Amino acid sequence: MPARRSTAAALLTLAVATAVLTGCTEKKNDADSADAVQVNASDSACELSKTSFPSGHVQLAVHNKGSKSTEVYVYAPGDRIVTERENIGPGTKVTISAEIKAGSYEVACKPGMVGDGIRQKITVTGDGAAVKSDPRLDAAVAGYRKYAQEQADQTVPVVEQFAAAIKAGELDKAKSLFAPSRVGWERTEPVAESFGDIDPKTDTREDGLEQGQEWTGWHRLEKSLWADNRIGDDEKKLADQLVADLKDWQKRVGTAEITPTSMANGAKELLDEVAKNKVTGEEDRYSHTDLSDFVANVEGARKAYELLKPVAAEKDTDLAKTLDGEFAAIEALLAKYKQADGTYTSYDKVGQPEQKAFSDAVNALAEPLSKLAAAVVVK
Amino acid sequence: MDSERDSQQAEQQPGPQAKEQAEQQPGRAPSRRSVIGWAGAGVALGAAVTGSVAAAVRSESKAVQLTDSTVDIPFYGDHQAGIATPVQDRLHFAAFDVTTTSRDALVRMLKEWTKAAAAMTGGREVGTGTAGALPEAPPDDTGEALGLPASRLTLTIGFGPTLFEKPGPDGQPVDRFGLAARRPEALVELPRFAGDSLDPARSGGDLCIQACADDPQVAVHAIRNLARIAMGTASIRWSQLGFGKTSSTTPEAQTPRNMMGFKDGTHNIAGTDTAALDRHVWVAPGEGPEWMTGGSYLVARRIRMHIETWDRSPLKDQEDTFGRTKAEGAPYGGQKERDTPDLAAMPAKSHVRLAHPDSNDGLMILRRGFSFTDGTDGLGRLDAGLFFLAYQRDTRKAFVPLQQRLASHDALNEYIQHVGSAHFACPPGIRKPGEWWGQALFG
Repeated sequence: MPARRSTAAALLTLAVATAVLTGCTEKKNDADSADAVQVNASDSACELSKTSFPSGHVQLAVHNKGSKSTEVYVYAPGDRIVTERENIGPGTKVTISAEIKAGSYEVACKPGMVGDGIRQKITVTGDGAAVKSDPRLDAAVAGYRKYAQEQADQTVPVVEQFAAAIKAGELDKAKSLFAPSRVGWERTEPVAESFGDIDPKTDTREDGLEQGQEWTGWHRLEKSLWADNRIGDDEKKLADQLVADLKDWQKRVGTAEITPTSMANGAKELLDEVAKNKVTGEEDRYSHTDLSDFVANVEGARKAYELLKPVAAEKDTDLAKTLDGEFAAIEALLAKYKQADGTYTSYDKVGQPEQKAFSDAVNALAEPLSKLAAAVVVK
Repeated sequence: MDSERDSQQAEQQPGPQAKEQAEQQPGRAPSRRSVIGWAGAGVALGAAVTGSVAAAVRSESKAVQLTDSTVDIPFYGDHQAGIATPVQDRLHFAAFDVTTTSRDALVRMLKEWTKAAAAMTGGREVGTGTAGALPEAPPDDTGEALGLPASRLTLTIGFGPTLFEKPGPDGQPVDRFGLAARRPEALVELPRFAGDSLDPARSGGDLCIQACADDPQVAVHAIRNLARIAMGTASIRWSQLGFGKTSSTTPEAQTPRNMMGFKDGTHNIAGTDTAALDRHVWVAPGEGPEWMTGGSYLVARRIRMHIETWDRSPLKDQEDTFGRTKAEGAPYGGQKERDTPDLAAMPAKSHVRLAHPDSNDGLMILRRGFSFTDGTDGLGRLDAGLFFLAYQRDTRKAFVPLQQRLASHDALNEYIQHVGSAHFACPPGIRKPGEWWGQALFG
C-alpha cells in the first residue's frame, strides 16, 4: 500500500455506497403498508407487486411462501448491493426498506440462500435520472465484484490459519503463511481501499503511519516475525484483530461502488503500487516476499482488464493488442522467479539490473493500461 | 513494412484540429512558430540550416538571430539541430536501452518520437496536449512546459553501437533488429583510455537524445515526454542534466567558463564556418553507409572534477594546467582570450597545448559540453564536472587519438576522472514533415 493512504483513497473513484444506502432494514412488520412493494418469494419464483415506483424511501414487504429459507437483495447495476436481508424463514414476512435513487435495479430472491437468485428488473423513477449504462459493462462490473468477493472469501480462511500459527507461537509456520494470506487482498486492493477504514488497519507500512496511529495489520506482524524473530502477546492480539478486520472487508465487498472506469483505474493503480513500492522492495521489507504481492497485483489487474476487454477492444483495437502483449510479457518475466514449491524468489536476492527489468516491464504495461478507462467510458 | 504509408499516416497526425488548438493557446502565438531563415538573418550558415525545407514549411520569414532566445531553432534541415546551431544554456541528455525485440515496435516509437520532437521544438504540445483528452484518460502531454516558449529547444538523436550489435549472454554479438550490416565502421567501441574509471550504469546506450534549451524545464519536459512515449519499447539507461554551456558555436558571444573557473572552449568550430563543419563535423558522401551522410558522430563523457583539490591549488599551477590565464582567459603568449596561443610558451603537459589543433595535425572536434553538479557525494564533495559532448566526422580520427594523447599526458588528469562514456551515430536532419528519425537507417 502507498505510504500516503489518504492520497490513494482520494484518487480512487471507488467510493463506498453510503449515499444510496442508508442502511435501514427494519424488523417492524408493516407489510400491509399501502406503499410497500409486495415481494412474494417462493422456491421457484420472485414476484413483485410492481416493478416501477418512485425514488426515495422504498419498502419491500417480503413474504417467503416457499419451503426453504431465502434471502432478498436489491442490486444496483454491476451487482452492487443496495440493501439485503438474509435468512428469511419459510412462511415468514419481513419488510426491508432503503433510500433508493432513480435508476435501474434488480430484486433477487435466493431460495436456499445460494447462488445468484431469481431476479426481477425494477425501475425507480424520479429526479437525478438514471446514469447511462451498457449491459456488457454492467456484466463486467458484476463479474469483477464476484471475483473480489471470491478473493475475500478465499483469503479469510488463510488469514485464520496465519493467525492460528501466530497464536500457537509457531514462527516458521506463520512466516510460511504470511505471503499466501495476502494474495486475495493484493489482487483486489483497490476495492478494499475504497472502504477507507480497513486498509489503514490491515496493510499500513511503518513509514505510512499517521501521527498517533497505532500500527496494526500484516506489516506489523511481518516485522515481528522477521526482524524481531519473536511472537509475543501483542502479536497474538494483533493476529486476531487482522482476522476481524478482514472479515469486515469480506462482508462489505458487495456494497463497494464499482464502475467500469474505476475497474480500469483500479487495474492501473495495482501496477502503480508495484511501480512505487514493490519494485524497490519497500512493501515487504522484512519478509522480502514482494514478488508474491507483485504477482497478485498483476493477476488482479489482468482480471479487471479481461472483463473489460470486449468493450475496450471494440473502441480501441490497438490498445487491447498492446495490453495483451504487455500482460503476457510481464507474466513471463515473473514466471522466471517462481520456485518449485510455488513461492517466489526472495526480493533481497533480486539484483539492481533485474529490478530495472521489472520497472521497465511495469512501465510498459501501466502506460497503456492508463488508457483503458477512457476506452470503457459509457457515452 | 509499408514505410511510405506509415509516413503518410504520421503526417496526418496530430491533425489540423490539434494544430488549431496549439495555435489558440495563449502564449503560443503563431508568430512564435513562424521562423526565420538564417539567410534572412544575414548569417551565412550554408547547408547547415538554410535548408530548403526550413524555409518551405514556414509561412513568414523574419530577420532574427537564432541566438535570440525567443526564436525557435528549426527542427527540419539537412543536418540535425543541436550540433552546429548555437549552444543553449541548459541540457538534459538521456541514453536509452531498447527493451523491445520487435523492429516494428522500435520503428513505431521512432515515428512517434519524431512527431513529438517536431511539436516540442516548435513550442507545441505533444499529441492532443495537456487538456485535449477525455477526463478519464491521462493527458498526452505532461504539461510542465505549457505556457513556456520553446526556449530554442533542440532534440538530437543518436544511435549507439549496441543498437546494431549487442553482446548476448554468451558474449557473441546479437543483431537484434537486422541492422548489423548497416553499422558504420566509424561507430567503434571506444578504446579504454588511461585513467578511465567508467561506471557501466552511466555509460553506453542503444539510443540517445540530446535536449538543449535555454530553460531547463523545457529540456526536462522534452526528455520526460519522449521517455514516456518510449515505455514498453525503450527505457532510459542513464541521463544527465547540464547547465552553463562550456563551449559555444557562436564566436561573437562570450566564451563560458567551466567548473574550474577557466575558459576552455575558445577555439571551437563556429556554427557559421561551413568549411570547417564540412571538414571536421559532417560525414561526407561515401564515408560509410549512405544513411549517415550529413550526420555526425557524438562522443559523450561524464568527467568528474576533483573540485576541492583544484580549489586549493595555487593560481600558477591552475594556469599552467590549462596554459591560459584564469581571469582573462588569455593563452600563454597572448594578452587577450582570442589572441593566438604560443604553444611553446606553455608547459608541455598543459591542456590547451596538448588539445590544440596545431599539436594534433589540425584535428578539430565540435565541442558542445555542459557543466554539471549532481549535488554532493556521500563524503560532502561536490559531484560536479564537465559533461563533455563532442561532434566529429569520424571518431576514430578525432576524439580517439586526441583523448589517447590527453589521457596519457594532460596535466589536468590530476584533477579529473572520466566516469561515464558513450558513442553515438547521429544521422542527418529530418528534411520535412512525414520523415522520421532513423528512416534511412531502417528503410
